[in-house]
Amino acid sequence: MRPGRLIGRIASHAVLLAGAVVMAAPFVWMLLTSIRPPEEVFGAVFDPIPSRFAGVENYGQALGASNLPRAMLNGVIVCGGILAVQLLTAIPAAYALARLSFRGRGLLFGLVLFGLCIPIQVPALPLYIALANLRLLDTYFALMMPFFLTVFGLFLFRQFFRTYPEEILQAARLDGMGEFEIVWRIAAPAALPAIAAFSVFSVVAHWNDLYWPLIVVTSSERATPALGILAFRDAETGGNYGALMAAAALITGPMIVGFLVARRAFVRGITMTGVR
Amino acid sequence: MGVRDSGRLADGVVLSGIAKSFGPTRVLEAIDLAIEGGEFLTLVGPSGCGKSTLLRIIAGLETADAGSVAIGGRSVDHLRPDERDVAMVFQSYALYPHMTVAGNMATPLEMRRLTLAERLPLIRHLSPRRPRVMRGIMAEVRAVAETLQIAHLLDRKPAQLSGGQRQRVALGRAMVRRPRVFLMDEPLSNLDAALRVHMRSELAELHARLGITFIYVTHDQVEAMTMSSRVALMDQGRILQLGTPADLYDRPATVAVARFIGSPPINLLEGEADGTGGVRIDGVRLPIAPGVAAGTRVTVGIRPEALHPAPARHDGPVLRARLKRAENLGAEWMLHATLAGAGDAPLVVRITAAEHDAAAAAGLLGEDLALAVAPAGTHLFGADGARIAVRRLAGVA
Repeated sequence: MRPGRLIGRIASHAVLLAGAVVMAAPFVWMLLTSIRPPEEVFGAVFDPIPSRFAGVENYGQALGASNLPRAMLNGVIVCGGILAVQLLTAIPAAYALARLSFRGRGLLFGLVLFGLCIPIQVPALPLYIALANLRLLDTYFALMMPFFLTVFGLFLFRQFFRTYPEEILQAARLDGMGEFEIVWRIAAPAALPAIAAFSVFSVVAHWNDLYWPLIVVTSSERATPALGILAFRDAETGGNYGALMAAAALITGPMIVGFLVARRAFVRGITMTGVR
Repeated sequence: MGVRDSGRLADGVVLSGIAKSFGPTRVLEAIDLAIEGGEFLTLVGPSGCGKSTLLRIIAGLETADAGSVAIGGRSVDHLRPDERDVAMVFQSYALYPHMTVAGNMATPLEMRRLTLAERLPLIRHLSPRRPRVMRGIMAEVRAVAETLQIAHLLDRKPAQLSGGQRQRVALGRAMVRRPRVFLMDEPLSNLDAALRVHMRSELAELHARLGITFIYVTHDQVEAMTMSSRVALMDQGRILQLGTPADLYDRPATVAVARFIGSPPINLLEGEADGTGGVRIDGVRLPIAPGVAAGTRVTVGIRPEALHPAPARHDGPVLRARLKRAENLGAEWMLHATLAGAGDAPLVVRITAAEHDAAAAAGLLGEDLALAVAPAGTHLFGADGARIAVRRLAGVA
C-alpha cells in the first residue's frame, strides 16, 4: 500500500473512531453507572472503573422496587399495537398513492407531505380533550391511538412502491388478483426491507417516547418503559442514579439487540427507498 | 388455421376502431384488425409506434378511448383482464420475485380454482378441499414444466435463474392457464443473440403444438419475418401494411414498409420519371415506370440481393457505383458502395460467395463497380410513398 493511501485510511478511521466514541460514550457511561455504588456517582474523584461492583443491588432495585417489568410489558403491547395498525393502514394507502391513478391523488399526497411537518405536540391538546371526553384516558388505546396513522411510513412505502416494476403488477392483474390481493401477496413481500426499516423506527420511537405517555397515563399499571424510568427520579427513592441507570440499561437493551438483529434489512430498506 | 386439442376451433381476435391517446399524444388511430383463430400474428414497428399499447388494450390492461375488442366472436370490452381468458408474456418476464418457479406458475390456477378464503394465510388451512385442489394444480404445473424442460427448477426463485430460464418460466405461467389467446410483448429482447435465435424456433414450435392464437409484439423485423403467419407493420399509431412475411418483403405497400423490412435494409434511390416508361437515376434509365407522367419524382427501392456485379458486355441498364468496402460473411458477401454521380447515395449489394468469387476472378470488383438490377427485388414508390406497380424488366440478370 502506498504511504499516501495508508495515511488517508488512518485519517478516515480516526474520524470514524471519534464519531463512534461520541455515540457510544453515553451508553458506556450508563452501563458503568449502573454497576457503581450510590456514594460514588457524584464522587469528587473521576474514576471510570467503579471501586466496588454494585450491579446486583442496582439491578435488583431496578427490577424489584418498581413496576419496570410491567412497564416493559406495556411497552411491548403498545409498540406492537401501534406497529400492527400502522402497517395495516400505511401499506395499502402507500400502494394506492404510488400505483393507482384516481382523482385527487396529488392533493392527497400533498396532505401526506403536510402531515410530515406537524409534530405530535400540535394536536396533543385536542387529542387529550377528545380522549378525556370519551373517558379513554389511562388506557392502552389512548397510548396508541395518535400514532395509528403514520405519514412517515406512508411516505417511505410510497417511495418504495413507486420503483416496483409495473409489469409484475400487470401480470398479477392478468392472473386474476384484485388490488388488495396485489398489495398483500405481491407488493408487501417485496417491501420487506422497507417494512423492517420502518418497524425499527416506529418501535424505537414509541418505546422511548415520554411525552405522550406522560400526558395520558396516570396509573402505574399503564406506565410505558420511559415512564418506568421516571419512577426512580421521584421523591420516594430520592434520585437513586445507580438504579436509574440500571433501569435505563434494561430498557435500552431490547432496542439495541433488536437493531443488531435487523441491522442488515434496516440499512437495505433505508438505502433502497431513497430516504437516506 | 390451427385447432386446439379439444377439437374446437381456436379463437380469433377482432379489433375495430381502436383509438388511444395519452394526454395530447395520439398513440393509436382507429386500428381495425381481424386476427384469425390459431394465427401467429406479429405487430412489428419502431419503438413508440403503439404496438405495445395495442397489445395491452387487447389484454385489458389499458382501456381504449374508442373502439372495441372481440375474442372468439364476443366483445370483451367490459371484462377485466383475467376474465378475458388471455395470457401474456412480458418483456421483463414479470415473475413474482418472492415466489418459487412452482409458485409463479401455480398462481394463475390458484386464482381461478381457490376461493378468496382458501388463499388467505392461516385461514386457508381450514378448507378441506384445498389440499386436493393444490395437488391437481401442482400436477399440471409439473406437466407444463416438463414440456418446457424446467421441471428441475421448480423450487428455485427467479433471482437464481438465467435469462433463458426466466423466459421459459414466464411462458410456463402463461401456458398453464390454457388461454384462448397468447399475448407476447417483446419476449426475446432481453436474451443474448444466440438464445434469441434458438427461442424463435421454440416459440414457432410451441405455436404449432398449442394451435391457439398468438399475438406477438416486437421491434425486430427478423422475429416478425421468421415466426409469423401474418405481420402487421405499424408506425405512428397506424397499420401500414398487413400481410404474410412474403407479402411485406416482396410487395411493400409503402416506402416506409420497404425500409423497415429486410436486413440489410433496402437501397432507396431518388429518380425522375421520363414519361416514356422509364426512371432516370443519375443519368441511368431503368425502364420500370409505365404510365408515370414525365418529371414525377419517384423513389426506387432495390433489395441488396437484386443488385449484381455486371459483366462488361451487359445489355441491360447498369448503375455505376464506387466500391468502398467488401464484407465476407462466409456464405455470402456484402459490398458497400456509393452511387457514382451527384447523389453519392449509399448502396449495399448482397451476393453469394460463389458469385463473389466468379466476379472477382473476372475482375469486376474494382473501385468502379457496374451493377445490374434484377427485376424481382425492385420497387417503385411515388412522391407520397405509396407503391407504384413495377413492370418486370426483361432480359436483366
